[in-house]
Amino acid sequence: MYFENLSDAIAMGGHGPYVWSAYVITLLVILGLLVTPIKRGRELRRQIRAELRRKAQVNEGDARAS
Amino acid sequence: MWSIVHKMGSPPWFYRFSGLVIRWLLPIVVLLLVVGAIWGLMFAPADFKQGNSYRIIFIHVPASVVALAGYYVMAFAGAVSLIWKIKMADLAMRAIAPVGAALTFIALVTGAIWGKPTWGTWWVWDARITSMLILLFLYLGVVALFGAYDNKVAAAKACAVLSLVGMVNIPIIYKSVDWWYSLHQPASIKFTGESTIDPSMLYPLLLMIAAFYGLFTTVMLLNMRADLMAQNRRASWLERDLLGED
Repeated sequence: MYFENLSDAIAMGGHGPYVWSAYVITLLVILGLLVTPIKRGRELRRQIRAELRRKAQVNEGDARAS
Repeated sequence: MWSIVHKMGSPPWFYRFSGLVIRWLLPIVVLLLVVGAIWGLMFAPADFKQGNSYRIIFIHVPASVVALAGYYVMAFAGAVSLIWKIKMADLAMRAIAPVGAALTFIALVTGAIWGKPTWGTWWVWDARITSMLILLFLYLGVVALFGAYDNKVAAAKACAVLSLVGMVNIPIIYKSVDWWYSLHQPASIKFTGESTIDPSMLYPLLLMIAAFYGLFTTVMLLNMRADLMAQNRRASWLERDLLGED
């Protein structure tokens, strides 16, 4: 490791606030990029599956009625 | 070669293929990002002129590089969409625009944060920075245009034209540091000739560039898959696929 200890690594010779804030902002943007479509995909899959189940039930009901 | 191009245009095939790619690529991307960030932050040596503030390079440069490369891909998808009217190209354009905007945003914000201790200012209207800001507006313009139309075909056409016209900006961004030499430093990595960066800094940087390319691809595919699902809600291939999955 380049730094002697943890507090040196956090301070980065006075540049710590700049470096760490840049990395934290980037991390948040990346998480947002990944989570948004994953959540949307999950929600869509859930909706489509629910619709399929409903359709299957209706079909069963029709079959019994006839 | 052409058979794979034809397959790409087929929604069921693309849905399955992209699912497979994401399953492998996503963990690799996360691993590369974590390793690259720790390497750049903790193990790479400090710069002899800029001290530790230069460590922002490990996110600033990859984000900028991929934001630019992504624009090529978006404009290419726009051209394909205009010429061959392939729906998958519309999806790709739509999927890339928010990723490109986010990466350009990262490049601008980390650049501003880096500028403060290095140049003494958050922002200058330097040619490189201004042309990157225009890139952000181009990406956001495509996002907004897609949202502005109810008619999907018309939206794709407008976005394709905007992204192709915006291509003018790309060589300007590349050349800006040479044409108008002001605060922004010129490129450190060169394809021809010696790079002006030490291997101890170059390797983690290359790793992060690879990670950001992977991230771009993953998020683009995730966005395309979500759009595909939304547009094919009642398609039998999707229903079969979803019943088979987990």
